[in-house]
Amino acid sequence: MLKDITLGQYFPGQSFVHLLDPRIKIIITFLFVILIFFVKTYLGYGMVFLFLVAVIAISKIPPKYVLKGLKPLLFIIILTFILNVFFTSGETVIWSLGRVKVTQEGLRQGIFMAFRLILLVTGTSMLTLTTSPIDLTDGIESLLKPLKIIRFPVHELAMMMTIALRFIPTLLEETDKIMKAQMARGADFESGNIIQRAKALVPLLVPLFISAFRRADELAMAMEARCYRGGDNRTRMKVLKTHPRDYIALLCTLVLMIIIIWDSYL
Amino acid sequence: MPIKIENLTHIYMQGTPFEATALQNINLEIDDGEFVGLIGHTGSGKSTLIQHLNGLLKPTSGTITVNDIRIDKDSRNLKEVRRQVGLVFQYPEHQLFEETVYQDIAFGPRNLGLSAEEIDVRVKEAMALVGLDFDSLKDRSPFELSGGQRRRVAIAGVIAMKPKILILDEPTAGLDPRGRDEILGQIKEFHERYGITVILVSHSMEDVARLVNKIIVMNRGRVALYGTPEEVFRHADELEEMGLGIPQITRLMRMLRERGIDVPDDVFTIERAKEVILEKLKGGKVNA
Repeated sequence: MLKDITLGQYFPGQSFVHLLDPRIKIIITFLFVILIFFVKTYLGYGMVFLFLVAVIAISKIPPKYVLKGLKPLLFIIILTFILNVFFTSGETVIWSLGRVKVTQEGLRQGIFMAFRLILLVTGTSMLTLTTSPIDLTDGIESLLKPLKIIRFPVHELAMMMTIALRFIPTLLEETDKIMKAQMARGADFESGNIIQRAKALVPLLVPLFISAFRRADELAMAMEARCYRGGDNRTRMKVLKTHPRDYIALLCTLVLMIIIIWDSYL
Repeated sequence: MPIKIENLTHIYMQGTPFEATALQNINLEIDDGEFVGLIGHTGSGKSTLIQHLNGLLKPTSGTITVNDIRIDKDSRNLKEVRRQVGLVFQYPEHQLFEETVYQDIAFGPRNLGLSAEEIDVRVKEAMALVGLDFDSLKDRSPFELSGGQRRRVAIAGVIAMKPKILILDEPTAGLDPRGRDEILGQIKEFHERYGITVILVSHSMEDVARLVNKIIVMNRGRVALYGTPEEVFRHADELEEMGLGIPQITRLMRMLRERGIDVPDDVFTIERAKEVILEKLKGGKVNA
């Protein structure tokens, strides 16, 4: 049940996209997100869409799996669409019922916003789907390094993220296990009104918190026992290196950006 | 109340790259009142199998019938199965959450909708069975207790529901030898007193050999062997191949046989071995 969450889960592979330097992938994702907010024409959306389809195809991740990540956001996407369709003012009325009217501008705005959200979520989830959490935090750490000058604790932040990411599956598994153990004792998590349901969570949350604290304690002890003392002078097992393929990918993105900005604004 | 498993297959995360077949076409029948040992290597599918028996997991295909209740992939209302099949997970002390030992043990019976008096009786009974002193421990917080005591509290919590079938997943993992023997002894006593079916998951051949009257050996998601301990331990080579081995005393008997001493091959407790060897020694003297 809990394992069905695909949004942001790593999908192992050896494709071109998987092998890209995580720093480059983060930059490309950033550019992609910014780009989505610049697009103003159907043609532009078409190109962004094709770009994303190409990335998914190259990454060899089944499209069904990528789309599954959209499921939890379906409601928000539909809501955005409806709000934009009905509440955008415009002149060309297509359909009206009393004071409620749908204008061409509204419809266009609705489609754009919904599409924008879909592209945004799918595009960013491609980053997490093709990059293992460790690579991702390595990339973030490396990209944030300049902030060290203003004494920003970059390494510590990256370490915290690594640990947090590392424990998501563990905690999910633990939740699943405790849930089953309590269900075996007749606990019911699925029926009743909202207060009953909240109450039913106590037998789940108490053991979960206890085990999370215990784990944190044990981890801190284990790290200390191995003389961990933060980022200074630490060497890495995997040193990030850029390859020609990284520049190719970056170049493709930049070209797309220029075309789209040219199409939308010039 | 027999358990009948037919063509049970379970695949985890079907349709993703993480797909894994945990159980493959399992067929089993377990009679009422049996004490069954379920043995297998890590990842052999033991835990997956037992979670099917009270409907926590649903089969990908196949059916399980527990006392005329059918569980298949579309089963919905599984409360009745869970009432009849008590399941003690590995490290059950991690599921404790109440403020007092009493409250925690009463959690299961309360979910069954029993009256306060009945719950009281059951908690007392369950605590006595697992060797916890009711008066001194009932108002303590379970988190103040030692690991072994916490585990007893957790086991009592399931026993208090009076299941018709009790399943325990590695109930002795991480306990010292004395705690292990005590808990296994109490389970045996529970089995004998109430005549319920007990399924004990373990990878210790020694523990299982002393207690059970049937053994199921799992290997790579299939049932490799099923029968009485005598029958199962005769397949010593196969067991060894699965990385399981046979009890030390049975191995000793085999070695004796290999050296030409005629001892039976179905010995797996030290007591029985003593008798057999003494008999042989006496016999030898008469012959000499």
